Amino acid sequence: MNNIPLLIIAASLAFIVYLGLRARRGIEMNLEQWSVGGRGFSALLVFVLMAGEIYTTFTFLGASGFAYGFGGPALYIVVYTVLAFVMSYWLLPPVWRFANAHKLLTQSDYFAKAYGSTALGTLVAVVSLVALIPYLILQFKGIGIIVELTSYGGIKPAVAIWIGAGAMTLYVVCSGMHGSVNTALLKDAVVLVVCVFLGVYLPYHYYGGLGDMFRTLEEAKPGFLALPETGKNAVWYLSTILISGLGMYLWPHTFASVYTSKSEISFRKNAVVMPLYALVMLFSMFVGMAAVLQVPGLSGGQIDLALLKLSIQTFDPWLVGVIGAAGLLTAIVPGSIMLIASSTLFARNIYLVAAPSTSDANLSRISRLAALLISLIAVVLTLRGGQSIVALLIMGFSFVTQLAPALFASLLWGRLTNKYGVASGLCVGVGMVAYTVLAGVTMQQMFPAAPAWVHDVNIGVIALGLNLVTMLLVSAATCKVASGSIAGRLRSSPEPL
Amino acid sequence: MSRLYWLVSIPVLLAFGGAVFANRVTPFVLGMPFFMAWVVGTVLITSFVMWVIYLLDPANKR
Repeated sequence: MNNIPLLIIAASLAFIVYLGLRARRGIEMNLEQWSVGGRGFSALLVFVLMAGEIYTTFTFLGASGFAYGFGGPALYIVVYTVLAFVMSYWLLPPVWRFANAHKLLTQSDYFAKAYGSTALGTLVAVVSLVALIPYLILQFKGIGIIVELTSYGGIKPAVAIWIGAGAMTLYVVCSGMHGSVNTALLKDAVVLVVCVFLGVYLPYHYYGGLGDMFRTLEEAKPGFLALPETGKNAVWYLSTILISGLGMYLWPHTFASVYTSKSEISFRKNAVVMPLYALVMLFSMFVGMAAVLQVPGLSGGQIDLALLKLSIQTFDPWLVGVIGAAGLLTAIVPGSIMLIASSTLFARNIYLVAAPSTSDANLSRISRLAALLISLIAVVLTLRGGQSIVALLIMGFSFVTQLAPALFASLLWGRLTNKYGVASGLCVGVGMVAYTVLAGVTMQQMFPAAPAWVHDVNIGVIALGLNLVTMLLVSAATCKVASGSIAGRLRSSPEPL
Repeated sequence: MSRLYWLVSIPVLLAFGGAVFANRVTPFVLGMPFFMAWVVGTVLITSFVMWVIYLLDPANKR
């Protein structure tokens, strides 16, 4: 009935594919070019790549949805992102130096090299894939929801997912990381404009201004804009910031995009600017808060629809189309980077370990074939749906956070940890996460006698603590038979790490 | 020069302290609820602190 939004979304998709395919011109595409852009990206490109990964559909729909559903606690997203950026100033340069010196391509390569064990690399790769594929599925689900709503129901989610995933896979297979970075530039510009516009205009339109919106909300729901006494309270807020902040750079695709930089100074430059960029997320939260009194009644998983529902209720179809296109970009661009990371992980840390004599040219072909297969698997799993995916996704973030002790130890206490310690710590941590998520255990059930505030601690802290203790104990017990990490020894500049 | 790095404790303390000392809606600051204004202030100060560290860090002079 209304073709304008569809035309805009289709045109944007076509343009993205064009940009993605064009990116391969003049590049001889070997595996290093394909998966880490030949380690030649400038500070600006590294910025859009990393910002591009962090601003996914989660930011666009999830942050506004969280603000709609929970109010004040949503600010944890801004705070953990900013603290992770601060940490990046010291964390990323030594990681980059080590990766550059050893020509690493994946996050698992880092652990394999630092601890001198390809088996550890394979273990990390398996954990990473289990975490990353649900994250990719989430992006595909996002495509389905966004296109269905902004086409006013004209396009069924399944069709949108096939087309979106197909377009993304096409430019991933052809251009790899060069395609992602080319499209990330456009995506960041569009999302920035759309987010700020919505965050300023919607409160103005419905309440007369931002300040008026907050006052109206405080009258309607006193205390909604701060942290509550129970549930998502200060204890939850602090422990969740800790867990999420530590985990942010441990996502395999984020970690591997560190390798794309041509110099280590980029990371220190970006640590200055990135925090300001995190403020953009506030605007998407303003939209969620504006929706609280305008589209009431969304609950459960539906809170993620707040931004789209309010936009459809407010704007002309052409503007809905632009918003839909922006949403599509927030799914496709990060999705493409996840797809590259997962297929490189498969090729380098699983296939190559099983068949060590594979030539570089063959491995490059296998990565691209893996991209095609992983994308296909993700689409099929997205369409079949089911609760298991939601559970996997909740586990995903906690899984990658379990790599934090091994990463920090490799740089700070290289002598105190070794491959046996890291592998056992990782298994214990991942096992604990899987147990708590699958069995639905809460802190209250685990520690019934503990003081009330303990019950609000993010349960991920327990797994992380067990992981750390196991890692140190097993390393101490096996220090005679295995040497420590070599990653921290590469100091080319006076830094504390 | 690593004494300079202690500056980084400012954003960390502000970020974590906010949940304890600034967890309230009123008074509104520049139209924003107090807690949100605290977070925005923390982000701005963080960026400034990182800029100072960046300028003074000898690692960036080469």
